[in-house]
Amino acid sequence: MAAPNGAVPAIEFRDVQKRFGDTVVLDGLNFTVAKGDRVTLIGPSGSGKTTILRLVMTLEDLTDGYIFIDGEPLTHAEVDGERVELKPKHKTEIRKRIGMVFQQFNLFPNMTVIENIIEAPVHVLGMSKEDAIEKARGLLDQVGLADKEDAHPLELSGGQQQRVAIARALAMDPEILLLDEVTSALDPEIVGEVLGILKDVAESTDITMLIVTHEMQFARDVSNRILMFDGGRIVEEGTPEEFFTNPKEQRTRDFLQAVVADPITGALPWQPAPGASGTPAAPATPTTPSTTSTTTQDGDPL
Amino acid sequence: MNDIWNWELAWEALPTLLVGFFTVTLLVTVVSTAIAAILGLVIAIARRSAPKPIAAVIRFVIDFIRMTPIVVQLLFAYYAFTNIDPLTIGIAVFGIHYSTYMAEVYRAGIESVPKGQWEATTALSMSRRRTWVAVIIPQAVRATVPALGNYAISMFKDTPFLLSIGVVEMVQAGLVFGGNHFKYIEAITLAGIIFLLASYPTSLLICRLEKRLAFRN
Repeated sequence: MAAPNGAVPAIEFRDVQKRFGDTVVLDGLNFTVAKGDRVTLIGPSGSGKTTILRLVMTLEDLTDGYIFIDGEPLTHAEVDGERVELKPKHKTEIRKRIGMVFQQFNLFPNMTVIENIIEAPVHVLGMSKEDAIEKARGLLDQVGLADKEDAHPLELSGGQQQRVAIARALAMDPEILLLDEVTSALDPEIVGEVLGILKDVAESTDITMLIVTHEMQFARDVSNRILMFDGGRIVEEGTPEEFFTNPKEQRTRDFLQAVVADPITGALPWQPAPGASGTPAAPATPTTPSTTSTTTQDGDPL
Repeated sequence: MNDIWNWELAWEALPTLLVGFFTVTLLVTVVSTAIAAILGLVIAIARRSAPKPIAAVIRFVIDFIRMTPIVVQLLFAYYAFTNIDPLTIGIAVFGIHYSTYMAEVYRAGIESVPKGQWEATTALSMSRRRTWVAVIIPQAVRATVPALGNYAISMFKDTPFLLSIGVVEMVQAGLVFGGNHFKYIEAITLAGIIFLLASYPTSLLICRLEKRLAFRN
């Protein structure tokens, strides 16, 4: 699908194929992400969501097809009908516009917090050390860790490490931010603080975000588009409202039911209790607390 | 003079031994360890980064050096390069020989750095050079300090092999002294004690260094 108004999309996948040995993970995938979009990829594990982020970050090689960033080819281009691989230098240039936050944080344990954040701005972007430090302090303040700049990553909790990792990614002023299950390695009570920071980032910037998460409430709050994947294909896409309140595909319903439905009532957290009305209405605000709002009624809400 | 142990002779031997120790044994150990540590790292990085055919050649050379005795290598180099003085040959052979062992240690250290670290450097668009210098080597070396230290001590204890190419290190100095006095036991015993006195504190030092380098947790 084309981006609105003919604008160049931030990310475009064109006939992307990815195989690991004999396993086909993505088979002819096409989709675009418009500039400033916040797109969440959901789907069962093994459906290729993380692979998509890793392809954009060039952590995996494309088997076939093309990825375009701001309309420019990322790793391969078509020249005279031939698919040719681009030079590493070109990849690096494009890659500078993309940042990524990982499930396992991946901070450098041999550096302090502030050294982690200024490393790439100084050595990749050529920023002066003073400017980089000033910027890093601002970001640390933003993620609530202003007092931790001289700490080493392994002295911090998981949630704190992930907040540093977010600051580190933002220090590069990325146009595109990839979030790969950023809360999956965190204790449940820590998840909120990390997602809260990302919500602030989403609200205060126009960074394009491509998100893989199992936190459906976060997906609903932050993204303006949801893509449901299964078996390397997009089975459904839509706005969060459409998606969570009235999923069209049975596959999507099964998935949402398995992932987020109340274990006792089978109700989805953002829906009115099953049986309360004929068609589930979309709540205007997504602030409904997840488990306390359900009723004791049984029944399949979908 | 027919006692098994003669204290006077032992005292007399000591200065000769110490001269051998400081001018050759210690010198060779320090310089060769430095060569081995640097060359070993270069080999380990080359094996990982070089194209496959070159990496295979490096591997073959490493295996060849590791699987032949150091005495044979010393003698080979001694007779092959007659224009180079034996001490320099000794330093070079020890450095190269041990670099192959240290390369293996570094390789293990580099492999112990989690994949996520490499991925983070890619995500930050860091250069190859900066990735190695700022991220991979500092983490890999921390894990390798004890093993590298042990090889340095091994090398130190191997230095008497230098006598095979006529370099007068401490043990050879002791043998010369013994020959002059028709009595060997004092000088050889003292040489052993000096080795012990030097190795033991060094191993303690490596232990402390290992603890200091560990990531604060």
